[in-house]
Formats: sequence, C-alpha cells, structure tokens
Amino acid sequence: MLKILKYSFYDLIRSRWSYVYFLFYLTLGFVLLFLNNDVSKAVITLMNVIIVLIPLIGTIFGVMYYYNSKEFTELLLAQPIKRSSIFLGQYFGVAGSLTLSLVLGLGIPFVLYGLYRSNAIFDFTLLLVTGAFLTFIFVGLSFVIAISNENKIKGFGYAVLLWLFLAVVYDGLFLMSLIVFEEYPLDTFSLVATALNPIDLSRILILLKLDISALLGYTGAIFKKFFGTDLGFVVSMAILLLWTVLPILGLRYKAKRKDF
Amino acid sequence: MGFQIGSANIWTVCGTCENSSIKETILRAAPHDTLLIKKGTYKEFELLVDKPLVIKGIGYPIVDGERKGEIFRVTSDNVTLDGLFLINVGVSYTKDNAAIRVVQSKNFRIQNMVLEQLFFGIYLEKSSHGKVYHNRIIGNAVDEYNSGNGIQLWYSSDVEVAKNHVQGTRDGIYLEFSDRITITDNVSMDNLRYGLHFMFSNHDIYSNNTFENNGAGVAVMFSKFITMKDNTFRKNWGTAAYGMLLKEINDAEISGNTFEENTIGINIEGSNRIKYLNNDFINNGWAIRVIGACYTNSFKGNNFMYNSFDISYNSKLNDNVFEGNFWSSYTGYDLDKDGFGDVPYRPVKLFSYVVNRTPETIVLLRSLFMDIIDFSERVSPVFTPDNLKDAQPLMKIRS
Repeated sequence: MLKILKYSFYDLIRSRWSYVYFLFYLTLGFVLLFLNNDVSKAVITLMNVIIVLIPLIGTIFGVMYYYNSKEFTELLLAQPIKRSSIFLGQYFGVAGSLTLSLVLGLGIPFVLYGLYRSNAIFDFTLLLVTGAFLTFIFVGLSFVIAISNENKIKGFGYAVLLWLFLAVVYDGLFLMSLIVFEEYPLDTFSLVATALNPIDLSRILILLKLDISALLGYTGAIFKKFFGTDLGFVVSMAILLLWTVLPILGLRYKAKRKDF
Repeated sequence: MGFQIGSANIWTVCGTCENSSIKETILRAAPHDTLLIKKGTYKEFELLVDKPLVIKGIGYPIVDGERKGEIFRVTSDNVTLDGLFLINVGVSYTKDNAAIRVVQSKNFRIQNMVLEQLFFGIYLEKSSHGKVYHNRIIGNAVDEYNSGNGIQLWYSSDVEVAKNHVQGTRDGIYLEFSDRITITDNVSMDNLRYGLHFMFSNHDIYSNNTFENNGAGVAVMFSKFITMKDNTFRKNWGTAAYGMLLKEINDAEISGNTFEENTIGINIEGSNRIKYLNNDFINNGWAIRVIGACYTNSFKGNNFMYNSFDISYNSKLNDNVFEGNFWSSYTGYDLDKDGFGDVPYRPVKLFSYVVNRTPETIVLLRSLFMDIIDFSERVSPVFTPDNLKDAQPLMKIRS
C-alpha cells in the first residue's frame, strides 16, 4: 500500500493541478493578508473559502483522479497486490497531496506575515485541521462514488450532487425544519443536525472561535456550551474522524467486491 | 480646639491629636468649619454631617465602617467630602447602606474619594446642585441580591457626575427620577448588571464615558430628552448583554458613540424620534436590533463595520430613516463620483429576519445557503421591509 501511496502522491505532486491548487491558496493567503494586514480578520475570510471550496475541490479531484488512473489501476490489479492496498494507496495519495497543497499554500504566507507573534495561531491551526479533515472526507466520498459507477458522467454527476447536497441543500432542509417546527424545543435537534454534516460542523467549530459575540446571543449559548467546551471539541473531532473513516471502509468494501 | 481663620475654624483630626474621632469633631465643629483628617485608620461608622462642613483627608486616611452600617450621612447643604478612603460598609437586606449618603441637600461636593468593600457607594437622595467628582469605587459584587450600586441618584436633580471610576458593583451608575444630570468622563466596568442604568429620568446628558464588560451593558429606560454623546460601549458580551438597551425613550440624541464587540450594539424597543448621528458600530453581533414600535427615528452618518448583522427588524413596517451611513458590506458603485453609492443598500438581511423568528437558526450563520438566500432577498425584498434602505450609502468611511 505504501508503495502505491508513494506513487500516487509523487504522481500528483508532479502534476500541474497540484501546483495550481497550491498557488491558488498561496495567492489567496498573500492577498488576504495584504488587504487586511490583520491575521485574525484574514482567518474569518478564509473560513468562508475553506468551507465551500475544499469539499468541492476534494470531490472533483477525487473523481477525476479515479477515472484518469483507471487503466493503470487495472494493470495493478493484474499483479499480486491486495485490492484494498491499491485503492487505499491511491486515496491517501490524492488526499495527502491536496492537504499538503492546502497547508503549505496557506501556511507560507501566514508564517511570513508573523503568525507566530499573533494570538490567531490556534484559530489558524484549527482552520487547517478542519480543512484537512474536509479534504479527506470528500476525497473518500468521491472515491466511493467513482468506484460504484462505471459511467464517468454519472459518477461526476453524483459527486457534484453530493457536494451540493452537503454544502447547500442540507442547510436549506435544516432551515425549513427549524421554521416548521419552531413551536417545539429545537436545541438538541439543531445540535445533532449540525453535527451530522461535516461542513456545518466545521463551520460551527471555526465560528465559535471567531464570531463569538453574535453566537453568544441567547440561543448561541447552547452551542457555545456544547461545542465550545473541551468535551464538545473532542466530540466534534471524533465525528469528523468518523466521517473520514466511514468512506474509507466503504471504499474497502466496494473494492473487494467489484468485478473489473 | 481648632484654629480660627476668619470666621471659620480648622479642626485637625489624627490618632494622637486632641481630636481623635471624626464623629466627635463633627459634633464640636461649627457650621462652615473645616476638618482636616490626618493619615491613619479610623474605625467609625454612621457619621452624621448635619451642618455645612468641609471634611478633607490628608494622605488618604482610612475610615473603616467594620461592616456595621453606613459611613457618612450628609443631611446639610454645602458639605464637601474630599480625599478619604472608606471601606467596609455594612451589607443589609433591609436597608440600603451606603458609604456616603446625601439626603435632601444642596451644593454638596464629593471628590477624590476611594470606596472599597462597599454595599452602596455614593447614594444621593432628593439632593440637587452637587458634584460627584473624581472618585474611585471598587466593589467586589458577586450576586445581584446582596450587592448595591456604585453611584445612585434617586429623586435628585442638577448633579454633575464626572471623572469617576466605578467597577465591580451591581449597577455602576444608577439614576431614578433624576432630571438634568450631567454624567461625563466616567469609566464604568466589570459591573454585575448595568454599567449605567436610567429609569424615569429626563433631560440628562451623558458624554465621553466608557462602559466596558458589564453584565448587561447600559440600560436607558422610560426617559425623555436624553443626550448621549461620544461614549464608548465595549465588550458587553453575554446571553442578554447589550451595548445599550433603549426602552421607551423619546426625543433623544445619540451621537458620536462607539459600539465595539458587543453581542447587541443597541437594542431598541418602543423608542421614538431619536437621532442616531455619527456613531461607530464595529464588530458587534447585531449592530442595531429593533424590536418594535419604533417610529420616526433617523440614522445618519453612522459607520457600520464588520457586524454579523447590521440591522435586525422584526416587522415589515418601517418609519425610520437611514441616510448617508457607511456600511462595510455595501457592494455598490459610485459612477458619478459624488461620494454616495448609486444603488441603495438594504441593511436588513433575510437571515436576521429568520433568526428573529426562530432563534435556533443562528447555527446557519455564514453558511453558503444563507448567503445565497440573503443575496436573492437583497435583489428583490419579500420578507424584509421594502422601504428600509439607505438610498445614499457612503462609499468611504466617515472619519
């Protein structure tokens, strides 16, 4: 598995898209800091970008990579290598290289602008950690979708739909149900509904570090009480981890049974 | 005996002097005399000042009430208290014990005092034409029920409260039925409830004060003709904390104030004909939250910067005017270069309307879905008041 991981990783590191992705974050980081000159303000703007873009890029990259390297995968399958190590190796290669681009691309400008001297370092680390989680989660999900669909167009369609659902539609349904059931106590429901969607969960985790004044309004208190404490933080990290592990298990399961 | 100077005597009080007790010296003194209290500790309480005297401390002598009751009680006109350190006021559940109580007096002057370990600090009762100047009141209030207010004015008028520092009490400065009061250059912070609390008090001015990190910020209620100028309201965070809470306030002017990092900058309820001019709202959760029945207010020349919500409104009716404000989230353009944006700005987001209706929806703050919805609402308003807009938003920040 490590050999394949290494191969995929280096393959991607050398590819143009990784550089584009890396340069995109690099420019974004520099431009934000240049315009704001305030590390903590820049972290807020970055959050908006990360919450939307990372899942989207993770999804599309994952699907693209799977379909592009399909012939090579079939070649590998003919060799005496375990199936799971082929696919997991590819998965970790893609997710790892994307995460590297993210961390380096955002990290370099922030370090150059004196992140260590500002107190935003914890917020920034949290931002990168959730970004990494989101990358792993969405690359995993897209791999599962790609392996389940022979048809490229269908695969792409489902993957983009999944992103659209988790990034936009889920919140819409969530909002609707909150309004429809506004007569009932909704605290626990909204806590659970937030925790179930990795994008929402990451957003709330970062928000609680940033927009505290608004969220502390009287309903915000319950979120602060849960997500703001150490227990809440551990629980949310556990949920993100679960979201990462589930697609990997799905990938293994699908890979074992698929008929090539 | 004291020394004769003109018609007034000067009495020196110290531990080893002929006069070692403040209480007895007050009894002996004639009207318009001066008491000089030398450095030392005086364990005395319930000092009744019933004639016009000047009581002046030298090197901050300590008057320790030993938690037995009130320390000074002033019932005469023309009394000056200056430079004393009062500690240990008795806490009572039946009496509002104060470090200094002024009852039905005129022309009093309380200055340069330091008050610690107190219940109520300076309590002015039916008094007028006095000055409370440059005092330092440090409480250690923990619960609302057994703590008192720093400076309290009750049925008082024409008093000047200036350059005081109040912290750690229940309400920093409290006014009830007090008219024509001027409150300037005070700092009120870390109080349990309100930094400044107005009830039924008209024609008052407060300016250049700083209110920081109070339990619930500043409350101005049931009052008319109040001027609030150049104050700073900061870091009033909490589940029910406001930079400023206005309830039933009419004909006021609020100008040049700074509201920074509050959960709610100004919470307005039932307040009419108020002018909001040239204020700065920076990094608040809600800059302005209008709850209901607010008519003919005007908001002009204010800076709204980086607030999660600029304005929140809970009705579709709008009778308030927004004009020439700067909004950091304004995205319009200015083709004719007159400094005003060519497209009107709508400060009420659909999201703030939704949050008003169902508070739990605040979890969706800054989500992509809400941004999309807000955008479409901004293009064609359906739920938010149609005429609530700033037709002349400033392109550059008002400096």
